[in-house]
Amino acid sequence: MNLFAQDLLGTPLGLLLSLFVGLGFGFWLERAGFGSSRKLTAIFYLHDFAVLKVMFSAMVTAALGLQLFGALGYIDLAALYVPESVIWPQLVGGLLFGLGFVAGGWCPGTAAVGLASGKLDALVFLLGAGVGSLAFAGLQPHLGDFMHASVCSIGSLPQQFGVSGPIGALVLLAVALGAFVGATKVEQWMARRNQA
Amino acid sequence: MTRPFWNPYAAGIGLGLTLLFSYIVLGTGLGASGGITRIAASAAHAVAPSAVEGNDYLNGYFANGSPLAYYLVTMLVGTLAGGFLSAYNAGRVQLGIERGPTASSGLRLTLALIGGALTGLGARFASGCTSGQALSGGAMLQTGSFVFTGACFAAAFALAPLVKKEWQ
Repeated sequence: MNLFAQDLLGTPLGLLLSLFVGLGFGFWLERAGFGSSRKLTAIFYLHDFAVLKVMFSAMVTAALGLQLFGALGYIDLAALYVPESVIWPQLVGGLLFGLGFVAGGWCPGTAAVGLASGKLDALVFLLGAGVGSLAFAGLQPHLGDFMHASVCSIGSLPQQFGVSGPIGALVLLAVALGAFVGATKVEQWMARRNQA
Repeated sequence: MTRPFWNPYAAGIGLGLTLLFSYIVLGTGLGASGGITRIAASAAHAVAPSAVEGNDYLNGYFANGSPLAYYLVTMLVGTLAGGFLSAYNAGRVQLGIERGPTASSGLRLTLALIGGALTGLGARFASGCTSGQALSGGAMLQTGSFVFTGACFAAAFALAPLVKKEWQ
């Protein structure tokens, strides 16, 4: 279907289907426990790796599905919208974002779910996120070439390593399974340590 | 009575299928910070229209009518509604300020505001947040998405000991 490729995302149909996708997004985040900032930040104290488990399971599920449907010719992967990989803005953005994540206890999507659960700290966080967005808009004219893709574009991992997309998705699956085993071991170790 | 959270792998697979559905139908992944930016731009426009329209980064939002008639805004509304339905169904809707046992409300809300501002700023640098960049870009195996995710977790782990009182 791909509304983006047909330039239909802004039509009433596109806006309605996006709302529907958002319903699923919010539902699963809340089911996972991500309407709680203490649950989200527990990973940074090694008590609960739900953030890693949920994120990696979701990423691998979608990656395998996308590569499978792409290989079968059901969807054209090249016609999908993906944010361009630009290393320096994404490195700096990630560092700022991580500081805000552990200090604020939320990320933008989970804060929406937290607000829907009645958390006032999520409302304050979202107000802050709005202010931070506007701060970037004020800063952007002074950044010059820094944000410009052509000076730092890096593409996808399969392109970097010269492998096919499906192989890339299978490698991601293997990394995720390894991370799940490791994360569960750390959780068990921390639980034993806290009992002792 | 509050029901327990679901198994993280089951919830993750459900989330992944939602993301896959989004890519197939919308042709794009999930996003949250873009909707927040547009709502903030819209609010700022109500106060200072000429300043917002004169800004290089924001003026494009106002080219075709309201900045809110955008798919990431309705997706954010959907996320709020989906989160509410799930939380209500599980008996988890409760008004309050979530914080660690020894943290004050003032400390929690101050750090929520500062943290929110940093994530808002960082998400615009990276052109996306944990949903648009880490999750959606990661599923498309984008190098920059893993750079973003790695930097995010490294910074969060580094700062975590200093804000431990807020949570633990």
